[in-house]
Amino acid sequence: MTKILKIHELEKIYTSGLKKLTVLSHISFEVEKGSVFSIVGPSGSGKTTLLGLCAGLDYPSNGTIELCGRNLENLDEDERAQLRNKEVGFIFQNFQLLPTLTALENIIVPLELQGEKNAAKIGMELLQKVGLSDRFDHYPSQLSGGEQQRVALARAFSNKPSILFADEPTGNLDEETGEKVIQLLFELNKEAGTTLVIITHDLDLANRTQQILRLKGGKIMSNKKTIVV
Amino acid sequence: MNKASVLWLFKMAWRDGKASLSRLMLFMASIILGIAAVVSIQMFSENLKQNIKNQSKALMGADFIIDSRQLPNKKVQAIIDSLNVAASEVNFVSMAAFPKNEGTKLVKVRAIEGDFPFYGTLETEPINAAKQYQDLGGALVDATLMLQFNLKPGDSIKLGKLTFPINGALKSIPGSTAVFTSVAPPVLIPFRFIDDTELLQLGSRKEYQYFFVAPPTMDLELLDKTIDPILDDENADLDTHTSTSERLGRRYDNVSRFLNLAAFIALLLGCVGIASSVHIYIKEKLKNVAVLKCIGATRKQTFLIYLTQVICIGFIGGILGAGIGIVLQYAFPYFLQEFLPFDVQISITVQPLIMGVSLGILMSVLFALLPLLGTWYVSPLEVLRGTDENLVKPRKARLLTLAAIILFIFLFSFWLLKDALFGLAFTVGILIVFAIMAGISSFFMNLIKKYFPNNWGFTKRQSLLNLFRPNNQTMVLILAIGLGTFLISTLYFTKDILLAKTAIENSSDNANIILLDVQNAQKEAVINTVLSKGFEIIDNIPIVTMRLHQIKNELVNDIRKDTTSTMNQWILNHEFRVTYRDSILDSEELVAGIWTRKIEHGEPILISISDNIAKDADLEIGDSLIFNVQGVLMKTVIGSIRKVDWGRMQLNFSIVFPTGVLENAPQFNVLTTHVPNESSSAALQQDLVKKFPNISVLDLRQVYTVIEDILSKISWIINFMAFFSILTGIIVLIGSVRNSKHQRIKESVLLRTLGAKRKQILQITALEYIYLGMLGSLVGILLSLLSSQLLAVFLFKEPFIPSLIPFLVFLPGITLLVLVIGLSNISSVLKSPPLEVLRKEG
Repeated sequence: MTKILKIHELEKIYTSGLKKLTVLSHISFEVEKGSVFSIVGPSGSGKTTLLGLCAGLDYPSNGTIELCGRNLENLDEDERAQLRNKEVGFIFQNFQLLPTLTALENIIVPLELQGEKNAAKIGMELLQKVGLSDRFDHYPSQLSGGEQQRVALARAFSNKPSILFADEPTGNLDEETGEKVIQLLFELNKEAGTTLVIITHDLDLANRTQQILRLKGGKIMSNKKTIVV
Repeated sequence: MNKASVLWLFKMAWRDGKASLSRLMLFMASIILGIAAVVSIQMFSENLKQNIKNQSKALMGADFIIDSRQLPNKKVQAIIDSLNVAASEVNFVSMAAFPKNEGTKLVKVRAIEGDFPFYGTLETEPINAAKQYQDLGGALVDATLMLQFNLKPGDSIKLGKLTFPINGALKSIPGSTAVFTSVAPPVLIPFRFIDDTELLQLGSRKEYQYFFVAPPTMDLELLDKTIDPILDDENADLDTHTSTSERLGRRYDNVSRFLNLAAFIALLLGCVGIASSVHIYIKEKLKNVAVLKCIGATRKQTFLIYLTQVICIGFIGGILGAGIGIVLQYAFPYFLQEFLPFDVQISITVQPLIMGVSLGILMSVLFALLPLLGTWYVSPLEVLRGTDENLVKPRKARLLTLAAIILFIFLFSFWLLKDALFGLAFTVGILIVFAIMAGISSFFMNLIKKYFPNNWGFTKRQSLLNLFRPNNQTMVLILAIGLGTFLISTLYFTKDILLAKTAIENSSDNANIILLDVQNAQKEAVINTVLSKGFEIIDNIPIVTMRLHQIKNELVNDIRKDTTSTMNQWILNHEFRVTYRDSILDSEELVAGIWTRKIEHGEPILISISDNIAKDADLEIGDSLIFNVQGVLMKTVIGSIRKVDWGRMQLNFSIVFPTGVLENAPQFNVLTTHVPNESSSAALQQDLVKKFPNISVLDLRQVYTVIEDILSKISWIINFMAFFSILTGIIVLIGSVRNSKHQRIKESVLLRTLGAKRKQILQITALEYIYLGMLGSLVGILLSLLSSQLLAVFLFKEPFIPSLIPFLVFLPGITLLVLVIGLSNISSVLKSPPLEVLRKEG
């Protein structure tokens, strides 16, 4: 199988004055293309830092990251942004919709960045898929948390990414709404054939993925494939 | 960048901006007034220049003029004749009496021969009086003067020995301004009657003017170059309409430069508002920027989205400002009409409009650049982390931006002032004021932090904490409040310094009536007349007129011809009015040599000269001067040099002889007295004019009134300019307060949720704004005290006793204004339940 994400001997150290804080050390793993991968661990274990590094949002202190066949070390900030625009999708715990843009405008931003001419049409189709076509002109502040996350899902899939990073996608939602959002996420992912990397506290959710990476104190505790029920 | 990308940038800028439209409007409002001020003044200056150029002939009434303070000698007369004189006049100041009501007034008599003016018009009421007064042998009397003395055409005016029928009211005459003719308003009479008035006697200050109409082929510049030096040698002068209008243009240029600077300060204040507002605005947008970067937007794209917004604000602000400026410039002729010798025709020119729009864009971008840099350097990781603590703008980028701002301020002020040194001084001055204000606010915050009153009650502590919490607006508010207060207080104090001087001189027992041109033969009789009215003679000053003949062994005529001579020309051509006395006055200070009281027969004549003459003629103690005293040459030696306070409203002399020398020379006298009120002044004047028609009576109280009037008009103009700064300051204040609204509301709602009462929240906010208002206005007033003291010492050379008005009126007034604006910010929190507010505010 093709590896879409290769992490080798990754290390992240923060320096504050004379003090050094190692957040991640000796992290190595690979994610297969089209798979659903989860990273779990307690608070402060380095999950979010790892996600940021994998997506090229931050720079490692040591080690290499290869995303979609490209070594991130060799890319500057703008090249990384372009790579994210073409190959990567994001879902955040706090939804992170742009508050000044409507639901439809939020969804089509990645497409517009690519210069897609039919952005609005594609955006409306995606809104239909997430069941919010009638709310296209609503601002985030006019939508509920579940609705905002559905718009965020639509945005994440709008650029047909090769890999999608989801950071605690249900962390800010109640159980019922969270379940609906996860169902939708898996459905859309299956339909698009995207690689999905989920960071979560929720072990039930992690158990629904094909591979679970367990982190603790910035180190890998285990990296096991699961049997998806 | 392709067209689609540019369109997308505009689309994103609009999508993002429309949600914050009201805040963007406030940014815009910050610069609108500043631009309006700059554009209106620029446009008015352009119009003024154009008007002066277009009306140059009408301003002079002729193509060129030859003037002289004495009757032309043969050489000058030959030149005048050869140039074919079209009209002439002699003018002088004299007393006029009005038999209808026994009123008297100092007037400027203009005895005219010929059809002056040849360009422009004599505006009279009735209209035909201008054409008829020469034939009818009557007078045209200043219209305001006629109103003052309730005179009508047909009444009469007595000038010297002659009484003229008043043919009409003189409303305007080419080249004359209302404000400068108010001390001695003009009265026109036919020249042929001048001898019969018997007003031109010894010592009379008079001016002969000869008006010419140039043939179309005549090169006036060449004429000026060739004839003027010859006339200069003969104590005459040639002025062409072009050189006069250029000189006039330069004079108004100085005024417009000052006004431009005042406008520029308003604009800079607005820019501080922009910088502060954009700082908070961008800070709130950084999360959005990080999200955009996460989903693939480049640094350049995110930076350009917000830059586009700022450019659009600047552009629209520039257009609106320029529009308001166009309307405003129509107000300037109203304010300046009495200073202008012509009507200003307002037309709209393109250059100031382009400048307004360019200024709007450039200033907005420059001052927003520092906060905008945040969008470039924010990491997409902030989306995951949720803080902007890691946001570091490189030192180099910040320094470059600051350098660009300072460079722009310098270049713009240089362009306004046309002088690099003044431009630099202005820039440094602005930086110092800003630095002092910023330094004081920073010092204040540190002081509170260091000595925080922990034992104070909750509301008081909370209000103090608000002054230095993250995203506080302390510095920008103190800057806005302080700068506005500084401007108004400085203007107030300056006006005070100038008016106090006239008040002191007016109210004391100093002389307030000056009798000019008193002939020796009349002296005793005049003194008796004054004494008979119960008034004292304060001064009895003899005056002898003379010219310099030789300076330090070199003939004045030779110095004139010497092209390498650096001597100031006025000294060579000036007719000195010299007095003699044995003592030095209070207003004089001996700076070199020894004062000589009296000269015995045969001794060298040791005279005293003022320091400005010593400087202009490069003279020292012991140097010799030969004067031509009405045909008699008199050798003198410089015995002392005096510093003279020319600002004193009294007779000052640059050359003083000791007693024992000039007593027998042809001379006239100036007498002074003090009268207690207007009616006794009028009675004395009436009596004097009746008995001694040649004597001119100068009532200093009228001069003070005119000075007060001029000052109040000037202060109107300055207040008008300060208004822009003050209004901009208020807008910046509202903008800054509004920017922190979201944060304030969240805090206040949280406090209310935790059980804080309405009164407590009100107290916290009120106290915070009272601190800010008081500190800002106090700093402004204290700085203005300093600047006024400097102005008093170095410019006005007057003692400065500060008025309490700024402390008693401005300080509480401005604090109250700040309080009201601050409290309006949290009105929604006080009125509605917490949850409702949170939902509404998002």
